[in-house]
Amino acid sequence: MNGVDRPSANALEHEAIYIMREVAAQFEKPVLLFSGGKDSITLVRLAQKAFWPAKIPFPLMHIDTGHNFPETIEFRDRLVEELGVELIVRNVQDSIDEGKVVEETGKYASRNMLQTTTLLDAIEEFKFDACIGGARRDEEKARAKERIFSVRDDFGQWDEKNQRPELFDMLNGQIEMGQNVRVFPISNWTELDVWSYIQKENIEIPSIYFAHKRKTFLRDGLIWSAEDEVVFRAEDEKVEERMVRFRTVGDMSCTAAVESHADTIDKVVAEIRNSRISERGARIDDKRSEAAMEKRKQQGYF
Amino acid sequence: MEVLKIATAGSVDDGKSTLIGRLLYDTKSMTDDKLEAIERTSKQKGYDYLDFSLATDGLVAEREQGITIDVAHIYFSTPSKSYIIADTPGHVEYTRNMVTGASTSQASIILIDARKGVIEQTHRHFFINNLLRIKDVIVAINKMDLVDFSEETYNTIKADFQELMKKRDYQDQNITFIPVSALKGDNVVNRSGNTPWYNGQTLLEHLEELDQKDIYNTGTPRFPVQYVIRPKTEDFHDFRGFAGKVYGGELNVGDEVVVLPSMTKSRIKDIYFYNKQYKTAPRRSSVTITLEDEVNVSRGDMLVKVGDLPTIDKQLTATVSWMDSASFTPGGKYVLQHGVNKVLAKVDAIEHKIHPDYSGIEENVSSLQMNDIAKVRLRLNKPIFYDKFKEHRTNGSFIIIDSRTNNTAGVGFIE
Repeated sequence: MNGVDRPSANALEHEAIYIMREVAAQFEKPVLLFSGGKDSITLVRLAQKAFWPAKIPFPLMHIDTGHNFPETIEFRDRLVEELGVELIVRNVQDSIDEGKVVEETGKYASRNMLQTTTLLDAIEEFKFDACIGGARRDEEKARAKERIFSVRDDFGQWDEKNQRPELFDMLNGQIEMGQNVRVFPISNWTELDVWSYIQKENIEIPSIYFAHKRKTFLRDGLIWSAEDEVVFRAEDEKVEERMVRFRTVGDMSCTAAVESHADTIDKVVAEIRNSRISERGARIDDKRSEAAMEKRKQQGYF
Repeated sequence: MEVLKIATAGSVDDGKSTLIGRLLYDTKSMTDDKLEAIERTSKQKGYDYLDFSLATDGLVAEREQGITIDVAHIYFSTPSKSYIIADTPGHVEYTRNMVTGASTSQASIILIDARKGVIEQTHRHFFINNLLRIKDVIVAINKMDLVDFSEETYNTIKADFQELMKKRDYQDQNITFIPVSALKGDNVVNRSGNTPWYNGQTLLEHLEELDQKDIYNTGTPRFPVQYVIRPKTEDFHDFRGFAGKVYGGELNVGDEVVVLPSMTKSRIKDIYFYNKQYKTAPRRSSVTITLEDEVNVSRGDMLVKVGDLPTIDKQLTATVSWMDSASFTPGGKYVLQHGVNKVLAKVDAIEHKIHPDYSGIEENVSSLQMNDIAKVRLRLNKPIFYDKFKEHRTNGSFIIIDSRTNNTAGVGFIE
C-alpha cells in the first residue's frame, strides 16, 4: 500500500489502458507504431501500465523516413532497450530504392506521403492484424471521425462512410483475413492532455520538444530548420539563429518549428495552455488542400 | 481533469454545428489558424457572418452537401473541465448515429429552431435520449434572434416540450431549457442582454456545474475480466492478475467475490494500478486484481460481490436499435458481444417495432431495417451475466455483430 487509497481518476488514462488490453486480447499479431514523437511515447507508457508486471505483449515498429531528427532515433533506441521489447524498423529509403515509390522534388518535397507504402508493405510482411497508433481526434477534422478500432481493407484503405459504430465501451475487432485494424487508444486526448500526462508521469521525451537555439529560415510564415540537409532551402531564404522548439516531430522536411522559450516541461505545458495555433498548424502537409488529411487517410496513411 | 461527454441532436438546419462553433469560439478554444480558415471560407462563400459550422463538418462529402453525416468528436476545455462533444446528425435516416453518440455521453443537448418549435424530429431526439437513459438533457431553443427574443415564443415551445416529457419512462432525467442564439452568441457562454426575462444559466454555466455523481448512473460493481496477466518472470513467478475495468460501483481489497460462470468464491487480495497497490478500485478504473485463492479465470468471466449476483441466463428480451444495411430477421444468427464476452445468438422473435417518436408500436413485423427500433427475444449458446439496462447502463447493454460481414449491426438494451 502506498498511503493512497485509490488510483488517479484520469478517465482518459483508464480508457486508453482498457483499449490496450482489448488489442492484446482480440488480435493475434498486434504492433505499436512508434515514431519517437510524444504521442507514441505516451502510448508506450500506457501499454506498460496496461500489462504490468508483464512486459508489453507486442513489438514496436518504426517506419523510418530517413528524415528523422537525430535526437529521436537516439531516444528510440534507448527506450526500447529499457523496456526489453522488440523493435522493428522499416525504411522508406528501401521502398524508394526498390522503385515502389518516387521521391518528391521541389520546395515542398517530403517523405511523409511515401511512408504509407512502406507501412502497408510491413503490415503485409509481418501479417500484423492490429496497428496501434497515437493519432488524436483533436488534431484534424478528418481524424475527428476516426473510430477507436478502425478497419482497413486489404489495400490499407479507410472507408470513412462505412465505419462501424462504436457503442458504450464495446470494441468489435472481428475482421476478415487480409484486413487489419488501426487502433487509437488516445483518440479522445487533446494535445494539452498529452503534455499534462507527460508532466505528471515525468516521462522522458526527445530534447527537440524543448526550446533550444537553432539555425532557421522563414518560409510561408513558418520557421524551418536550416541545420538539416533534408529540408529544402532556396538561396534567398536567409538563415538566422532563433530560440525554437518543435510541437510535433514528424518527417523533418515537413515539420516546422515554433518560436519558444519553453525549455522545461512545466513551461511547455503553460505554453500549450495559452497557445493560439493548433499543433498541426506547423505541418505543411495538412495545408496542401482543405481535404488533405482525408485523402491521405483513404490511401492508408496513419 | 474531469471529462464530460455531451451528445448533440438537432435537425439539419437547427444550427447545431454553429452552436458547437460558438462554444469553441467563446471559450477561446478555437485556435487562430482554424479561425483564419473559417474566416477565409466564410468570405469565399459571401457570408457576412462567420460560418462556425465549418469548424465541425469535417468530411469532404459533408462540405459538399452542407450536412453532417457521421459522428464527429469535438474537444474543448475550461479551467475546470474537459468537454468532448459527440456531434451526431439529426435527420431521420441517421438514428443509428444518434444512438451511437448518446451511448458514451452523460449529457445531451437537443436543439430546437425557435421559428419551428417542437417538431417530429424533436420527438425522435428526445426518445433516443430516453432510451439511452441520458441523465442530463439541455433543450436549447435556438435562433431566438429570428423571433425577436420573444418570451412568448420561448414559453410556448417549453410548454410543448413539457407535454412531450409526459411520455417518457425515464423520470429521473434532469431537463433544462435555455433560450439561445448560436449565431449571435446569446446565452451560450455569455449571458444575453436580449433576454432580460430569462433568469437561468447559460449553456456553458449549466455544463460547468454538472457534478459527476449526478450524471453517472451507478449500480452494483461488475468486473468483466479482459485479460489475464501472467508474467512468469522470476520476481512475479506465481502472479496471476485479472485485468479489467470496474463498472457500476467500486471494489475493495478483502471483498468477497464470486467468479462467473464457475460460481467459485474467493476474496480480493490485491488491487494494482500499474506498479502500485491500492485499497480501492473506483468505478471506471482499469485495474489488475489478484485473488486469495487459485481460481481458474479467463477473459469473458466476471467478478461480482457475493450476494450481488446479476441474472445468469441464455435467454433475454431487449430493445434493439438496428444499424446495418442487412436486415435483422427471426431465425438469423449473430455474435452477441456483452462487454468483452462473446456468445452466439439466435433471434427467437421480433415482438414489436417501436416508433422512435412516441407514436406507438407496430406488431407482426417480419424484419428490422437500418434505424429501426424493436423489442426482440434472443436465445444464446452460452449464458451471459447481465443486469437490466435500467439498473446498469454497462452491464445491461450489448452489441450484435453480423458474423458474415463482421460489422457491428445493432445495439441492445436488456429488459
